[in-house]
Amino acid sequence: MNAPVRAALMVTCLGDMFFPEVGVSVTRLLRRLGVTVDFPQGQTCCGQPLFNSGYHAGATRVAARTVEVFRDAEHVVVPSGSCAYMVRHEYPALLRDTPARAEAERLAGRTYELSQFLVRVLGKTRFKASVSGRVTYHDSCHLLRGLHESEAPRILLKNLEGAELVELPGGDECCGFGGSFSVRLPEVSSQILDKKIRNIEATGAACVVACDSGCLMQMGGGLGRRRSKVRPLHLAELLAGDER
Amino acid sequence: MSETDLSVPFRRRAGSALGDKHLQEALTIATTKFIGLRRDAFDEFPEGERLRDLAREIKEATLQHLDRYVEQLIDSVERLGGHVHYATTPEEARRVVLDIAARTGARMAVKSKSMASEEIHLNEALEAAGVIPIETDLGEYIIQLAHERPSHIIAPAIHKTKGQVADLFAKELKREVAADPEELTRIARVELRQKFLEADLGITGANFAVADTGTVVLVTNEGNGRMVTSLPRVHVAVMGVEKVVPSMTDLMVFLQILAKSATGQKLSVYTTLVRGPRRPGELEGPDEFHLVLLDNGRIRQIAGPLREALYCLRCGACLNVCPVYRQIGGHAYGYTYPGPIGADACPVRIDIPKMLVELRREIHEARIAPWTERLAYGLMEKVLASPSLYRWSKPLARLLQRPFARDGRIRSVPLAFTEWTRTRDLPALAPQTFHEQWPTLK
Repeated sequence: MNAPVRAALMVTCLGDMFFPEVGVSVTRLLRRLGVTVDFPQGQTCCGQPLFNSGYHAGATRVAARTVEVFRDAEHVVVPSGSCAYMVRHEYPALLRDTPARAEAERLAGRTYELSQFLVRVLGKTRFKASVSGRVTYHDSCHLLRGLHESEAPRILLKNLEGAELVELPGGDECCGFGGSFSVRLPEVSSQILDKKIRNIEATGAACVVACDSGCLMQMGGGLGRRRSKVRPLHLAELLAGDER
Repeated sequence: MSETDLSVPFRRRAGSALGDKHLQEALTIATTKFIGLRRDAFDEFPEGERLRDLAREIKEATLQHLDRYVEQLIDSVERLGGHVHYATTPEEARRVVLDIAARTGARMAVKSKSMASEEIHLNEALEAAGVIPIETDLGEYIIQLAHERPSHIIAPAIHKTKGQVADLFAKELKREVAADPEELTRIARVELRQKFLEADLGITGANFAVADTGTVVLVTNEGNGRMVTSLPRVHVAVMGVEKVVPSMTDLMVFLQILAKSATGQKLSVYTTLVRGPRRPGELEGPDEFHLVLLDNGRIRQIAGPLREALYCLRCGACLNVCPVYRQIGGHAYGYTYPGPIGADACPVRIDIPKMLVELRREIHEARIAPWTERLAYGLMEKVLASPSLYRWSKPLARLLQRPFARDGRIRSVPLAFTEWTRTRDLPALAPQTFHEQWPTLK
């Protein structure tokens, strides 16, 4: 890296409240790579829960605030494909008719999901794994079908020192989370999850890795209920390992 | 015909589909097969991605001047000696077909698979008018025997296993039948051959109609479409008005991606191009040809949130990849066309997730959602739009979760999250949020 890079962490609401260790891992990882990490105070949530359920006036207010909070950031790094998709693809349209329009477009162009930031912006692909043995990877819907990214996480996982990637059968299929869908149609959501867990366990992996806290909450919730030995792990936690 | 009982809430209809072992087996096998076939077909076809873009552009350009192309299509069909009827509602469309049947003294109608005719509930109307409708596509034939409706737009009997089809044939045709697809097909073929010869009326849908030539295009695999359009005295094609394409050149773009998206075939086995009735000197074809253009809300959506739905080629790829459809099948949705969320498979790149969000916005703005939900989302907005409320909501939540959390997880909790904890653990709110940890990370 030539010029020092500065990045603002968008930790996401799930990351802040339920999985703070993910944000801690991202911070350590980026600092180790020489990135100056900022954490703009006043950030809450990207507004996606409101947006996806049709509460667009509310989502617009939350989005406008988020745009303001990250106004001065050089790069914005999000350990969530879903929230990164929201900022990159939905914010410009949502804020089209507001004074925040230009800022929203500028933010969209500077926001990266974590694996994309590592591989495509920093060009860093080699990391030590925090766990040893087999790991498997679940493609989250928004990262795969929204941001069309299946490569960056795999480049990172294939180059991992100390762990081996085994492909998950049906790895590109939904885990059944879907935000409020998981409690609106819990039976359908749980049956989709059953299949996902059967596939995960069949790989013999010690961990299932994903780039989205929503999927990890769903898969982790199901694995926990079954007292499975497989651990759900965010990519950041896997890559930030050797500082522990 | 058996109908999905819409008085039962969607969640319960979905729930009974989840418990249906045969349905689960049939859906898993068929959708997995379709997904693989489609992927392989496009992997071998490097031009595919460009053609998908082009097809989308053609659909959009056609919609922008739909009035002009529809007028051109009407002119072209009439020049060939055919008749065109414009039906604004399903009632009008049924009336048109029944009038034709009555005027021509039709007693039996053979039908090639048509979702438009399902949409207007044509079979019931024909039966009531004393015209026997016979479905001739194998899948449609199966569900007609079972008195059901299609549960997939290209594979109407996708919800049935071969064992169930054999049992159905045995019961309805009163004979011993093995659960062997070839054997089942042979039986249906023999049963249907006589009907093709007897029928007075042939009813089809249309995958496309070409404006400048008046050609109606049917994409089928069984050859029944060709029989239906050539043997009976009268041919009636019922088509959604949005399916007009400007020219044969445009048609070729769609034909190259339709079958690949639907079944993974390069082309379907039969692509039947029909131009009007039999002309003097021709040996085959009907005496009369009618094209029924169906609006049924389509025109209104040109300016509505579902505009992109009018690009749809009816290939079913979005159903096959939809995680919800794959679990519950088509009947639980309770309408002619199931409502998938399957993203990224569409040959014309319809943004389905975006349309669903738009529909939810309409539901929200119409204040249809229960007050409890609106209250919850209103509260969510207040909290997320205010950093201080957001900050203070966390100690409050930690206090509230105290009776339920053990070792960082919640196994059972009242209110909305009960639905989560029935089958899944819920992570407890972290003892220290990231916001709270950040100062120590410096």
